[in-house]
Amino acid sequence: MLWEVDVHLRQNDPAAQELVDAANDLGLSIHTAHTATGWLIEGDISLNEVQKMGECLFTDPVTEVCRVAKAGDEVLVTNPPGSAGAHNLILHVLPKPGVTDPAAESAKDAMLVLGVQATAIRSVKKYWLPEDCITPKQAEDIAWKLLASEAIHEVVLGALQLTKLSGGNEWALERKQVPLHGLSDSDLEELSRRQCLALTANELHAVRDHFHTLDREPFEIELETIAQTWSEHCCHKTLGSPIDHRGPHGESCYDNLLKETVFASTEIIRKQLGADDWCVSVFRDNSGVVRFDGDHDICVKVETHNHPSAIEPYGGAATGLGGVIRDVLGTGHGAKPLANLDVFCVAPLETSPATIPPGVIPPKRLLHGVVAGVRDYGNRMGIPTIAGAVAFHPGYLGNPLVFCGTVGIMPRDSADGRIEPGDLVVTAGGRTGRDGIHGATFSSIELSSESESKSGGSVQIGHAIHEKTLTDFVLAASEENLFNAITDCGAGGLSSAVGEMGAEMGAEVDLKKVPLKYDGLSATEVWISEAQERMVLAVAPSQWPRLAEIARQEGVEATPIGTFTGNGQLVLRWNGELVGELNCHFLHEGRPRQRLQSQFNPPQKTPLCWSLENTTFETVLLELLQSEDIASKEWIIRQYDHEVQGKSVLKPLLGPMGGPADATVIRGVLGRPRGISIGIGLKHHLGPIHPFEMAVGGIVEAISNCIASGADPERIALLDNFCWGDCRRPDSLGTLVEACRGCYEAAIALRAPFVSGKDSLNNVFTWKDNAGVTHEQSIPPTLLATAIGQINDVNLCVSSDFKKNSNRIAVVGVSTTELGGSHLSVIRRVTGGDVPKVDFEKCKEVFRNIYRLNQQRLLASCHDLSDGGLGVALAEMAIGGGLGATVDLAKIPFHDLQKTLKHDDLIDLLKVAFAETPGRFLIEVNEQDAAAVESTLGSVPWSWIGHVTENNVLTICCGDHSIISQTSVVTLATAWRKQSNTQTSGTN
Amino acid sequence: MLAPRALILRGPGTNCDEETAHAFERAGGHTKRVHVQTLAQSPSLLDDFQIFCIPGGFSYGDDIASGRILALELTQRLGDALHKFHQRGGLILGICNGFQVLLQTGLLSPEWAPNQRRATLARNTSGRFVDCWVHLQAKPGNCVFLQGLDHFELPVAHAEGRFITSDEASLEKLETGGQLVLRYAPNRDGQQTNPNGSIQNIAGMCDTTGRILGLMPHPERFIEATQHPAWSGRLDPEADGAGLTFFRNALRVIGKDVG
Repeated sequence: MLWEVDVHLRQNDPAAQELVDAANDLGLSIHTAHTATGWLIEGDISLNEVQKMGECLFTDPVTEVCRVAKAGDEVLVTNPPGSAGAHNLILHVLPKPGVTDPAAESAKDAMLVLGVQATAIRSVKKYWLPEDCITPKQAEDIAWKLLASEAIHEVVLGALQLTKLSGGNEWALERKQVPLHGLSDSDLEELSRRQCLALTANELHAVRDHFHTLDREPFEIELETIAQTWSEHCCHKTLGSPIDHRGPHGESCYDNLLKETVFASTEIIRKQLGADDWCVSVFRDNSGVVRFDGDHDICVKVETHNHPSAIEPYGGAATGLGGVIRDVLGTGHGAKPLANLDVFCVAPLETSPATIPPGVIPPKRLLHGVVAGVRDYGNRMGIPTIAGAVAFHPGYLGNPLVFCGTVGIMPRDSADGRIEPGDLVVTAGGRTGRDGIHGATFSSIELSSESESKSGGSVQIGHAIHEKTLTDFVLAASEENLFNAITDCGAGGLSSAVGEMGAEMGAEVDLKKVPLKYDGLSATEVWISEAQERMVLAVAPSQWPRLAEIARQEGVEATPIGTFTGNGQLVLRWNGELVGELNCHFLHEGRPRQRLQSQFNPPQKTPLCWSLENTTFETVLLELLQSEDIASKEWIIRQYDHEVQGKSVLKPLLGPMGGPADATVIRGVLGRPRGISIGIGLKHHLGPIHPFEMAVGGIVEAISNCIASGADPERIALLDNFCWGDCRRPDSLGTLVEACRGCYEAAIALRAPFVSGKDSLNNVFTWKDNAGVTHEQSIPPTLLATAIGQINDVNLCVSSDFKKNSNRIAVVGVSTTELGGSHLSVIRRVTGGDVPKVDFEKCKEVFRNIYRLNQQRLLASCHDLSDGGLGVALAEMAIGGGLGATVDLAKIPFHDLQKTLKHDDLIDLLKVAFAETPGRFLIEVNEQDAAAVESTLGSVPWSWIGHVTENNVLTICCGDHSIISQTSVVTLATAWRKQSNTQTSGTN
Repeated sequence: MLAPRALILRGPGTNCDEETAHAFERAGGHTKRVHVQTLAQSPSLLDDFQIFCIPGGFSYGDDIASGRILALELTQRLGDALHKFHQRGGLILGICNGFQVLLQTGLLSPEWAPNQRRATLARNTSGRFVDCWVHLQAKPGNCVFLQGLDHFELPVAHAEGRFITSDEASLEKLETGGQLVLRYAPNRDGQQTNPNGSIQNIAGMCDTTGRILGLMPHPERFIEATQHPAWSGRLDPEADGAGLTFFRNALRVIGKDVG
């Protein structure tokens, strides 16, 4: 029997109101709507029982009423209880069969507690719309545009015609061979495209030749395994390639770009550190591991989840976060996640609908979707999302970027897993379904306007509570040392996880043993499914009984599916029958490397041009505070639980009035003083102009964040995340090489080693316009730099908000006046111009001195200068503290402005106030500490420039008596919060 | 004297259990975190404890409704045990998700029959999860946890914290029974800090004995000054936060009984 329980709110239905507003925005005028949550319940259950479930389990007696009937019954679609007017059009939105439905799974368990067993449950959202306002076709439009995602939902107009939920029959064993012999290159490429393999003809030649030596053709499951393992997502195919590069400094050859730049800088630093080397495990495990205190190491990873998020923002971002949390959980013998970070790159929110290509989700809906995804997953996991950024650029329209990162902590010296022959291959966590088939190869392919319909299977839906219980289980098992190694099932699913763990040893698994969500999956589907919330553990047979016991206690399913063998072969079986066998050496080393050509021609220099008609200094300052990159992200921050675990010390919004933090800081362990500082640097506007300085500027910014909070400059670890366009093109690859060079030089100069990274290439979007013309859009070259700093004693942390009337203000660091790629160009006040260049030696000296001031407790506040330069930083300090300041721009030490600053020279004033030279800080100092600060700073370029005032006004002067602008802090704060306040009342 | 012991309940989706245990320990207590399934199998485990705490989180993902499934587990499998625990003088504290659970178990309001509950924690008026700091005004009455507290700050972090009742009469009854012991209050500028639209700014309620308290704000997130968003340069980093008082009060009351 299939029952339906519908739960209706008695009154005040915010979802209905939101729907009415959103539909009106679409130009469909409806004045009213009604919503309900339904539960389709299948099983041998009586009406009495299901009514009891309705009352005891599904309904809140204060706010809700329920209706119970057989699914499809007329009573379930008639005018809903308590609704005014005729709502005769009804829409059902429900997850497609096979899509994870977390609430339904929980409901099934809860019914068992009440003694009623359902065989299957599915949740359904119901919407009633007025028939007199819109046509059924328009109702369906509303559903697809506002309520449902094609990738995961189905929409039913009118009564549900379902009679059963459970479906699928067990898969009948079938071994499909894929003949490669005799196929032309174009046939091979067509095969790769058809099967979503993302393999080149050259790579398929290697596969064909390998199987030729075995005297057979590959089975489908073998070819899929190779495709997953050789995907850009799973190995650094491009960054690890030999490259001939031609750039402004002549020609250079790399045998392996990544190894010779990013990795090499870390090796050099580690050698310099010698016995004091504090790196533990870098570029090896699922995350980078460094020393923390006497008992602990910390680890960190940042991942991208761009393509899935472009198609299904909520699910894509949620599973992106879920995946990187598992990376930390799957490091060494398991690490405990402490904090999350998220960075989104999207097109400007007010992008005109007319310019949005077909198949592209408008940026506002996309951003709200990814924020909700991170919110719902991170909050449920109980991991504070404490750091992040949102960057805007029109180039992210078809290819938004979603970065998710996690920091974890683990007992010292538990970073290395070691698998022994005979260890069991154990899967733990969620069951396997058809979720996310081909995710790894999908993310290595370009997006197009048809991706949404073609790649639906690639989008996974997360189940945070499964991941939470899985985390509880892994950490409990780790504490008792019950496994030898662990990794997560991410892109490529079991094929990647088991394949990587058994890369040297070999493994044999029986895929029939993998627990399934529903029957019908073929062996290949089981093997490559990217169903979420799963880990693979290597467990000695002697450890297994106790591990199984802990799994039972924690309510986690753990299943041995095979063994690590030691014979170097990857053997796949189904119910004992051989379905595939691959040589591990071929699988991991057999990929043919292709020499790539790369070229970097710096864009033609254009002179700096101003556009300042009828403009004052104050107008520009307020424009900058309102601009999207700089404006407050409070509407996002407040939706994230950034305080759970109780360890936060510097939160994302600080001071009595909630100004922006530089780095955020958490304690490593409750009750202990040592802290972790997280900084983020992203100079995406420099990407198209100067990829080298984009990389350097981003790295310096991320480190500066940490230094401002009080981190030790000798203990900064870095992460790189490269997101690029189509790197098969020499000019695109050229900018990547330049950025890698920037990473290498900055890391070595600042002695900050890279410990982990990830790249996402092929971020190109293609579409056809109405005239049938094909267009293509590539993202701006984007490097996200993340810095993880360490703080000896969090009691010494300093926030960025002004503290006290009459405290002195100084700027520390070299200021220059280049404006190319600055936020003055983003708000279109300038075009062209040079980009600022970092002086590494001076920068390092500044870092050391800020740290010294911090350790001597001489700083009342400290803020690093980044987007919007000194002017914006001052405003932010004033906003956070609710205090004003008076500052003299003429006192700023500049090395490239050859004349004295004049109060009536607006252009020079704007240059001085808003140039974005990296590696500078504003500090606030108590009068009685001024002398000590002067003697500590010594020869570093710095100067007193003003003082804090009580009058709530930011006064900018030039010379002692010329006031350039006077703006109340309330006005500054209103401008800075404007966009955030708009989004707070926007779609949820 | 035996150190008082607090049982911190955890289950699928509980996520504030560690810091809540830490808060009790910092206040001088002993704690044990116990999985709801373990407790359901042996309810006599409760005999060793004087405090039962349901910490924050998303029990069972807050699927169906926040706290619903854990409340069901507690009433169906541990109803008698918890009743006895309370009868013998035990203290019960529900924080955030724990408050949502407590309210649905009926422990805070035994006079309401199952399915006839007169109060609930509905979705915030903003429709969204919110993490922010609020000002609170305590009216402790006989509530053991709030003794000595008056006006103070704590953080909230929830999407369903809007306290409402079915009717005016039910609200009045709670008020005259002295159960409405904690309310959101205006900040120093006189602005009300109610984050969710609760009726009469209600932030927490206790039972008529004062030994069971449920509240939306998180006292365990403000046990030391450095957890405050404006501590740097303004508060002594070594100072205690207002939230520590909740845990000290509980331990003091129990300490007297045990001693």
